[in-house]
Amino acid sequence: LDQVVKMPFKRYVEIGRLALVNYGEDYGKLVVISDIVDQTRALVDAPDMTRKIESFRRLTITDLKVDIPRLASKKVLTAKLAEADTFNKFAKSSWGRKLARQEAKSNMSDFDRFKATAAKVKKARSVRKVFNQLKKAAAKK
Amino acid sequence: GHVSCGLLSGLGHCWFALAGKRRGLAALKKKNGGKFPTHAKKVAPVAAATKAPRMYPADDVAKPLAVNIVRKPAKLRSSITPGTVLILLAGRFKGKRCICLGQLPSGLLLVTGPFKLNGVPVRRVSQAYVIATCTKVNMPSVDITKFSDSYFKAAESKRVKKGEKEFFDEPKEKKALPAEYIANQKALDAAILPALSAELKGYLSSRFTLRDGDRPHLMKF
Repeated sequence: LDQVVKMPFKRYVEIGRLALVNYGEDYGKLVVISDIVDQTRALVDAPDMTRKIESFRRLTITDLKVDIPRLASKKVLTAKLAEADTFNKFAKSSWGRKLARQEAKSNMSDFDRFKATAAKVKKARSVRKVFNQLKKAAAKK
Repeated sequence: GHVSCGLLSGLGHCWFALAGKRRGLAALKKKNGGKFPTHAKKVAPVAAATKAPRMYPADDVAKPLAVNIVRKPAKLRSSITPGTVLILLAGRFKGKRCICLGQLPSGLLLVTGPFKLNGVPVRRVSQAYVIATCTKVNMPSVDITKFSDSYFKAAESKRVKKGEKEFFDEPKEKKALPAEYIANQKALDAAILPALSAELKGYLSSRFTLRDGDRPHLMKF
């Protein structure tokens, strides 16, 4: 075909695609698709884990991809990931930042929660003060 | 030296090699100069002459077994240390955040508001009615030896049997706290307050509450 078919899909399952595990023991882990087993499963790998087979149902694919050969060795995988700084790219993305924000919120201690509320109340007070001043000035006119 | 044991192959080991380890009766006698070793016979001490008792009980009463219980204070949760901020869960001060001073010999925790911040006096509280937060105050070394269990025991008041007259009488005046207790509280607070930051003071002044959307089983304290 001369024309490129416009697919509605932007993220493809392919060798080197980064995915987030959304179920199971490795929940929350960022893994790289190292090989495809069949229609439903892939071999996933990451620098700090033993390569394992994971169902696609348990993976959420991300925008990121690394250029690795099929069944890349751990050494090659780690090197390519470091070179492309993939994990940091994910952490800087809005998805990554949202996950970090959720984790920080769940790890808040009672004191942290108090400080957050105190800060919110303080900010709201100062905003309302200025607002009321402006309102009064506008009403006077 | 090791001797060939062809003739004594029936034995597990060479008899000569185990010379030093012989443990049989013959060996014992040999070690003790031909006789068995004996201990000197224990002579029972002569009991002092006692008179026969005048009375014997009619029935044989069973003697209760000797009780050798050593009572230890309750095991303290590892999350509770001196200086930990605790949330009180029950009683007059429920929801208040206070500072743990230590564990008393009775097992109860010694706790203070500080009184100036939240009205919680030096008090005893059970660790079962407390949430230990991960916030710890850098406590200056405070002398808490005067706050023992007996310090907190209410004065024994003689229970007067209420007659009908007393029942309808005005209730007695509430006993004022002795000045000594107030002074002790002030001294304790004066020692602790300087160690607290302004944020921490605000934190201790506030009460813990659950609001809509709070999931206490998911909260980290």
